[in-house]
Amino acid sequence: MAFEPILTRNVRKPGSETIDIYMEAGGYQGLRRALKEFTPEKLVEEVKASGLRGRGGAGFSTGMKWGFLPKTKDKPRYLCVNADESEPGTFKDRLLIEKDPHLVLEGIILSAYAIESSLAFFYIRGEFHQGCRTFEKAVQEAYAKGYLGRNILGSGFNLDIIIYRGAGAYICGEETALLESLEGKRGYPRIKPPFPAIVGLYGCPTIINNVETLANVTLIAERGAAWFASIGRPPKNTGPKLFCLSGHVKRPGVFEAPLGVPFLELLNEYAGGMKHPERPLKAAVPGGSSMKILPAAKCDVLMDFDSLAAAGTSLGSAGGFVMDTGTCIVRALHNVARFYAHESCGQCTPCREGTGWLVKILTRLERGDGRPEDVDLLAGIAGKIEGNTVCPFGEAIAWPVESYVRVFKDEFEEHARRKACPMRAAAAR
Amino acid sequence: MTIPVRPETDRKIDELLTRFPMKGSALLPALYVVQEEKGHVSDESMEYVASKIGVSPAFVAGVVSFYTMFHRRPVGRHHIQVCRTLPCALSGADDLMAHLKTRLGMKDGETRADGKFSLASVECLGACDRAPFLQINDREHGPVDAAKMDEILKGLE
Repeated sequence: MAFEPILTRNVRKPGSETIDIYMEAGGYQGLRRALKEFTPEKLVEEVKASGLRGRGGAGFSTGMKWGFLPKTKDKPRYLCVNADESEPGTFKDRLLIEKDPHLVLEGIILSAYAIESSLAFFYIRGEFHQGCRTFEKAVQEAYAKGYLGRNILGSGFNLDIIIYRGAGAYICGEETALLESLEGKRGYPRIKPPFPAIVGLYGCPTIINNVETLANVTLIAERGAAWFASIGRPPKNTGPKLFCLSGHVKRPGVFEAPLGVPFLELLNEYAGGMKHPERPLKAAVPGGSSMKILPAAKCDVLMDFDSLAAAGTSLGSAGGFVMDTGTCIVRALHNVARFYAHESCGQCTPCREGTGWLVKILTRLERGDGRPEDVDLLAGIAGKIEGNTVCPFGEAIAWPVESYVRVFKDEFEEHARRKACPMRAAAAR
Repeated sequence: MTIPVRPETDRKIDELLTRFPMKGSALLPALYVVQEEKGHVSDESMEYVASKIGVSPAFVAGVVSFYTMFHRRPVGRHHIQVCRTLPCALSGADDLMAHLKTRLGMKDGETRADGKFSLASVECLGACDRAPFLQINDREHGPVDAAKMDEILKGLE
């Protein structure tokens, strides 16, 4: 059966970001139906039954996350939308925000209804100027039509939404750093527990969901949990998914496919194969730059949470990128390490100091000043960062270092032994 | 303390103070409002914002220094930010940066003496499908090669 794109059904239409085009395609019908037919509890059950797992990176069950909210309602509850898309290789939420903001907004309204929140925050990364303008306009349109504000569609449900611009900090995509930033502070991740569902924004119960996750909630309300759960690889990897592919591919982009699509199909069919036919695939990172690298020989994998975990990597944010045989892996890892050294928030010593050490060692290896012990030193530092930080940022740098060095060990050793980058020497010939 | 911003900027910040369940949340938006008027966030602006929000100037300085989009010094009228992160680097970001440096006669991180341009390499801008990618103020360009870059620069003359 051919897969019908549904998350991206509108994005290529002219004016796709307007409420009129969205409603012409049946938009806000799911909300209308849910407000009539579902109690909040029933909607939570529906999302649980769909099997939807968070699309931000961790892949945790969305319905279960919502279920962690306290039963008491003595404090306000908040929904925070994580639109701080910053993982290198990832640009899928940007597509939804810029091209189909109402699909996201409808999901926000539905989710706020489900968790009984009357105030939602849309935390968008500061660099997304166009996305922010588009989303602001969408919010105005939704207020004008009565999908936001007081007594939405006569249901008695109220919801306001505040758009909050980040200001350039990768770490604010981590959910507790995002909360700190929203409170007007440096984006230092919080120690968990308590989890945000119990103590979140302003000390109140808070749910943080990714943009694509919320767009999926719209689809579930529109077509039902059973429909959603029939897509992909049930029971644990259900639904449509946006996959990004960039790097050395012919047609980089965002591609929609069911969870579990083969990586090689994404690469060769969706993205048109490698950019330079004479330089075949060397390695791929399927899930964003903090996930582990796969050598070409191991790229015959299915793109879902559990298949990629079994293959020793992760789906992450599905921000995949590929490198061809002309790529120096040491240089690539130097780039990745530099990113994480720049973006480390500095709160935890292993990450703050360790990322700097990694860059220093990779710089000297690539420059031709490497030492024989450097290769083990890299892996050793990564191992000492992993598990020793407040937030998963530690893993985000440890995993690429550990995997690049393990998979391409000979390339690192050759750099140290020859005191030069062999790829650069080859290029100079 | 005299108010170091225009009355409408001051009013915008007053409005921000009432928007959030807690006043502290107004800090980042207030800094954006001040930066929009002044082009950067000076010591004086930080003191002013601190007094509006009810936190110490040191607290504000801590926040300003955490986020890359707040400028402590003036940037050029055309602030060029070139993505250098891996997917862009695989697609020629280094060559693009080298070309820009030559064309503008500038170093990475510099603001030109005439105040027209500033140039900075930055981390991932979330547009890897348009690599190599750059932003000039709030406008996006990508993919950009040397010829396309010259065309863009010509448009800024």
